[in-house]
Amino acid sequence: MERCLVLWFPDWPIVALQRSPESRHPAGAPLAILAQNVVVACSDAARREGVRRGMRRRDAQARCPELRLAAEDPSRDAREFLPVADRIEQLAPGLQLLRPGLCVLRIRGPARYYGGERPAALALVRLLHEEGLEVRAGIADGRFAAEQAARRAEDVLLVPEGDDAAFLAPLPIALIEDERLATLLIGLGIRTLGEFARLGAHDVHHRFGPDGALRHALAAGLDPRRFAAREAAPDHTAEVAFEPPLALADQVAFGVRMTAERFIDALARTGLVCTELRVELDGPAGDGIERVWTHPAAFDAAAVVDRVRWQLEGGLAAAAAAALREGVERVRLTPEAVASRSAHEPGLFGRGADERLVHALSRVQAMLGPAGVVTPSVGGGRRLAERQRLTPWGERPPRPDDRPWPGRLPPPYPASVYPEPIPIEVHDAHGAPVRLAERGTAQGEPTWITIAADGSGTGRDGRAAPGRAERRRITAWAGPWPLVERGWSPTERRRADRFQIVDETGGAWTLLLERDEWSIEGRYD
Amino acid sequence: MRSAALARPAATADELARLRERIERIERTSRIGSEAPVLPAPAGIAGLLPGGGLRTGTAYSLDRSMPLITALLAAPSAAGAWCAVIGMPELGIEAAEASGIALDRLVLVPRPGERWLGVAAALAEVVGVVALRPGGTVRDGEAARLAARLRERETVLLVQGRWPGAEASIRAGAPDWTGLGEGHGCLDRGEATIAVDVRRGPGSRRARVVLVGSSGLPAVPGDAVGRGDAGTGHEATGRRLRAVG
Repeated sequence: MERCLVLWFPDWPIVALQRSPESRHPAGAPLAILAQNVVVACSDAARREGVRRGMRRRDAQARCPELRLAAEDPSRDAREFLPVADRIEQLAPGLQLLRPGLCVLRIRGPARYYGGERPAALALVRLLHEEGLEVRAGIADGRFAAEQAARRAEDVLLVPEGDDAAFLAPLPIALIEDERLATLLIGLGIRTLGEFARLGAHDVHHRFGPDGALRHALAAGLDPRRFAAREAAPDHTAEVAFEPPLALADQVAFGVRMTAERFIDALARTGLVCTELRVELDGPAGDGIERVWTHPAAFDAAAVVDRVRWQLEGGLAAAAAAALREGVERVRLTPEAVASRSAHEPGLFGRGADERLVHALSRVQAMLGPAGVVTPSVGGGRRLAERQRLTPWGERPPRPDDRPWPGRLPPPYPASVYPEPIPIEVHDAHGAPVRLAERGTAQGEPTWITIAADGSGTGRDGRAAPGRAERRRITAWAGPWPLVERGWSPTERRRADRFQIVDETGGAWTLLLERDEWSIEGRYD
Repeated sequence: MRSAALARPAATADELARLRERIERIERTSRIGSEAPVLPAPAGIAGLLPGGGLRTGTAYSLDRSMPLITALLAAPSAAGAWCAVIGMPELGIEAAEASGIALDRLVLVPRPGERWLGVAAALAEVVGVVALRPGGTVRDGEAARLAARLRERETVLLVQGRWPGAEASIRAGAPDWTGLGEGHGCLDRGEATIAVDVRRGPGSRRARVVLVGSSGLPAVPGDAVGRGDAGTGHEATGRRLRAVG
């Protein structure tokens, strides 16, 4: 059994709340943290007023009217504890987090360094005090005994080697952290850990199962739980600097290739692959452009280089990226999300179908750019073109929108929807353009449509004679159906009117009339 | 070869058809085995196609009808195949979904530009059905290379336009629309005549199908026919083998 040191930070949820950036509670104010209307932690000031753990909110407020309340937030507790854990790790290596506010470390190394277990613990406690943290330390053979020692310490409590059982024996049975078992044992007349420990291990196992046996071993000072040091989070960030700064995307892509390979290899050596990548491009002036890229499977070096290139090409096109006007000085690659490599390993007998798909699509994407390969989904909106959502392959699609959109086109849906509306002319029998009358009806009966010759894909065979517009008689029509969008905004509000039209050649269209201009929205045939 | 056969005065039409069928069978045996698997096609069109569906490893030449593309992609996609649509930026996503295409197995390359053939070749390796609008004319050699890849990967290629060595050409005539009046109503459905010309086959086979479904029905003609209008359905199967022209 390896002797261990437990560090306990009393009232950690309160400390975490005070340390968190969003807290606005002054130091020394009475604070209580509630879960389901019951106090789970309170500050010293509140305790002095008589607030206790397990009290109901009403009772706590009755004892201390100026009590400040906060909801329990385990993620805040953990978040605030991580920097503390990092600090402890700098002082003494080999740390295991038990829960926020409680951690255990091997005492052997620090004891050798500081010349004894107690001096080592005292040094740690003093150093953490200087950081403004209140902490108690307990040293014992087992983790359980060390934790109980820490909870009873003024600053450091040392249980000598081999004395765990004697130290634990007089402590109340409730400490075994199994409420049902503790109640049962009290019912059997067993009130201390020592009395529980005196029961035969075999009988306890027989009666209470493996969990009971574990509690029994804890009470007897024979903590079987092994120490598992926290693995320091490895830093996989890779960086490359260019001197002088590079101006061309191709140069940067070439320059980043070696770094990308190193980046992927370093991850691979720890058994990881990168599925989400942050690319930061910095110019000489400092901040540049950064964004996070996702990959449908996992990044390889070529995919990383592609992302750097795309980001640069996109960034240079945008006038906003003034920072990169003088070129790129630094490229930083950070894995935002990683996965175990075993889940992404190619199979023994060639790759699976999906991996081939990812590979081929990534190749096409490398040829055409990120927006060259897209996956479709149906989005929200009233206009057909708005409802077509195209997401570059590999990125997360937008969340589906199934809200009702009044004014949207009912089925059947047109098989062609033009991303950009194509202008068209609609005339009545006398050749006058059809407009919208005051009352919201069509002024004049739509009789002819004239399709511009170069309208993409408008001719039935795609062979409309160049330079000559095509005129067709309308055989059936209906409308207008008004589309009013963003009516609440005086600057953004739009109004259009939709018509359905069938022409003499069997062409069926949905047309929009907006500010006296006709355009083709979609085509059915 | 064709013109030589036609030039023989003694050959009757029946004999010619029989001989062509034999040649086709022999060619197919040497090429892709006697029975290459067939992907499902909508009921109204399936009867017109040799083998009753889209034969894997082959190319089909289509006209510019977009509902025809969605209808032909729908059945293989619903059966689990991945589909790719190249060079058609205006493909209607909602219509595609309503016809039964699984959008999460659909990949679009809306604007491949000059590299349309390379993109088609890359995607033909990995998806079940590739729908392609060529960005230019294709040379016979390039088409042959792509054809070899299609056979190897058992991919179906649907081309909007002419294509050398296409198994069959499928055309959708101008639809007749119902539901829309003069100033009132709402488009309900479009019925069209589908004509299939099989390579070296005896003229076109035609069938009348509902190409654009009514009231949210998928644009799969067979489905729409079966559920919507039994009369049209019978007509479609009845005319299945009638050779016109």
